[in-house]
Amino acid sequence: MISTRFIQIVKLGLKSLLLHKLRSGLTMLGIVFGVCSVIAMLSIGEGASQEAQDQIKRMGASNIIVRSVKPTEDQTSTNQASRVIMYGLTYEDAERLNIPTVDVLVRMRENQKDVRFRDRKVTCRVIGTVPWYPEVANHEVAEGRFLTHIDFDNKTNVCVLGDSVARALFLFEDPIGQIIRVGSDYFRVAGVMEPKSAPATQSGGGESDASGLTDFIFIPITTARTWFGVYNTKSSSGSRETEYVELHELQVRVDDIRNVEATAKVVRSTIDQFHKKDDVKVIVPLELLAQARETQRIFNIVLGSIAGISLLVGGIGIMNIMLATVTERTREIGIRRALGAKKAQVITQFIVETMVLSVTGGILGIGLGVLVPKLVTHFADMATVVTAPTLMLAFGISAAVGIIFGIYPAWRAANMDPIDALRHE
Amino acid sequence: MAAVARIENVKRHYRMGDNVVRALDGVSARFEEGDFWAIMGQSGSGKSTLLNLLGCLDRPTEGEYWIGDTEISSLDDDTLSEIRGARIGFVFQSFNLIPQLTIIENVEVPLLYQGYAPRDSRERAIELVTMMGLGDRLTHRPTELSGGQQQRVAIARALANDPLILLADEPTGNLDSRTARDILDVLIGLNERGKTLIVVTHDEGMSELAEHTMRLRDGKVDSLTRRGASAPAGDRA
Repeated sequence: MISTRFIQIVKLGLKSLLLHKLRSGLTMLGIVFGVCSVIAMLSIGEGASQEAQDQIKRMGASNIIVRSVKPTEDQTSTNQASRVIMYGLTYEDAERLNIPTVDVLVRMRENQKDVRFRDRKVTCRVIGTVPWYPEVANHEVAEGRFLTHIDFDNKTNVCVLGDSVARALFLFEDPIGQIIRVGSDYFRVAGVMEPKSAPATQSGGGESDASGLTDFIFIPITTARTWFGVYNTKSSSGSRETEYVELHELQVRVDDIRNVEATAKVVRSTIDQFHKKDDVKVIVPLELLAQARETQRIFNIVLGSIAGISLLVGGIGIMNIMLATVTERTREIGIRRALGAKKAQVITQFIVETMVLSVTGGILGIGLGVLVPKLVTHFADMATVVTAPTLMLAFGISAAVGIIFGIYPAWRAANMDPIDALRHE
Repeated sequence: MAAVARIENVKRHYRMGDNVVRALDGVSARFEEGDFWAIMGQSGSGKSTLLNLLGCLDRPTEGEYWIGDTEISSLDDDTLSEIRGARIGFVFQSFNLIPQLTIIENVEVPLLYQGYAPRDSRERAIELVTMMGLGDRLTHRPTELSGGQQQRVAIARALANDPLILLADEPTGNLDSRTARDILDVLIGLNERGKTLIVVTHDEGMSELAEHTMRLRDGKVDSLTRRGASAPAGDRA
């Protein structure tokens, strides 16, 4: 009964809106774009944040990463011709970080080497690490096996290839069991890693070092020490530069995610005590995650308010048109009042009309708002995520705009003096 | 016969700046069931004000207005709307049909405000429009009809709720004399079948037809005549 009456009011609203198709359409556009921009902005924001969060999560939320960083020039010796720069983590640091809350500690050091198989060559990072690297870094073996304790203890010449290296070196052959040349030494391939962007280490920070290499292979850290030592020599623009770095990175997994913060504090103070030169960086993914979330929140607020303003403008447009409509239909309002319409019924009629306008606009806006992020992803290569709450929010907003901006015109209509309204030309 | 409506010493004053305009200044009348009243007077005589009061569109400043067993001068807006919807049928000079609705939907408007189920109201509307001789125009728009036809629709709409009083404001004012005659016949026919009819008009001819004629001047009753009774000196200004 009530619903059939409501349907009638909605029909009536549609009818009078269809009477002015162009006007209603243009008015609706304001809401369409408002809702569309809300969805687009939120989904772009959401996409960006998920990408950032994924990246951080890949580092492992319960991990702490301690990384050697090449100190800036003025802090090192200004020895010209050939010099040795000493910095970064030492074996002793690794011992020191054996804090009770630390579950697993992964040591890594890396060298940059040419890796060859037959006539194919890839310059890549040769990362010496420990057998338990995969479980800490969330980086699994796709084929074959990872380094074992036996490899580790015996300092065997085995390696596990990064996904990209495997593809570059072995076009047709099965890489497992093949012998490759790393620098001037020979290694047997034991396995291939799953695709994943660069492993955590990247002795980064130093300018020359940020070679941005995404190719990498893993070898036992003991083997690395034996074959490649602790010196990395690089020739750049005539001058030779030798670095002395014992370890490039330590990855620490904390036993419980609740202890991450406290452990991070201990790690920091321990490192600070022995590294006055600022040559070690402590990275706590969990903290980054919190930061990323905070940034995301602010980002959302900013985007949301921009979109909100466009909705506000759309709403004002609706109100404007409804006020014009009310004036135009003064006579009708008078007639309806004379025929027994109560104020509330007149208010309902006009609010429903406004809502039909804004909700229709909202639905169209949702359609467009789902499409726009897809286009953004397609053309701008930005991740976008349209979530159900976003759509519900957008729809809710459009309905709310209808109510809020419909109230005043409807109130104006209802409070006209029926006598004057009947006489209105 | 029972009085369907009765006004007692009704006054309606407007404040215009410092002046008080006495649009109605103490008018009394008793409308019996089945009466046919003509309310006449020049513009500014207060007849429109009286019409608005009788139609419950306005409330008297002073005095009482009883319609049926309800005194309306103290009622709130919602109750007045209800009374208008249930007990008053309006016929206007300019028909006042809603242009975007069809004939049938126009007649349905008061029924829907009275809470009729859509199917019942449709049935009733069709019945009334057919009775007015426009059964073949149900889904036309008002603008597709002639003036006389529009006024017939308006009368159908006024009858929809079976009102106590049919209140007509210059019902023939916008019509040519032939159509005007038709519409008057319709109204008189309704009155003959027992509907209380009050017509507010300039048209002197109406006093020939109406049983009672009230002439207003400056917000007061100038004369009250009954057809058949000896006519007092009618003032023709």
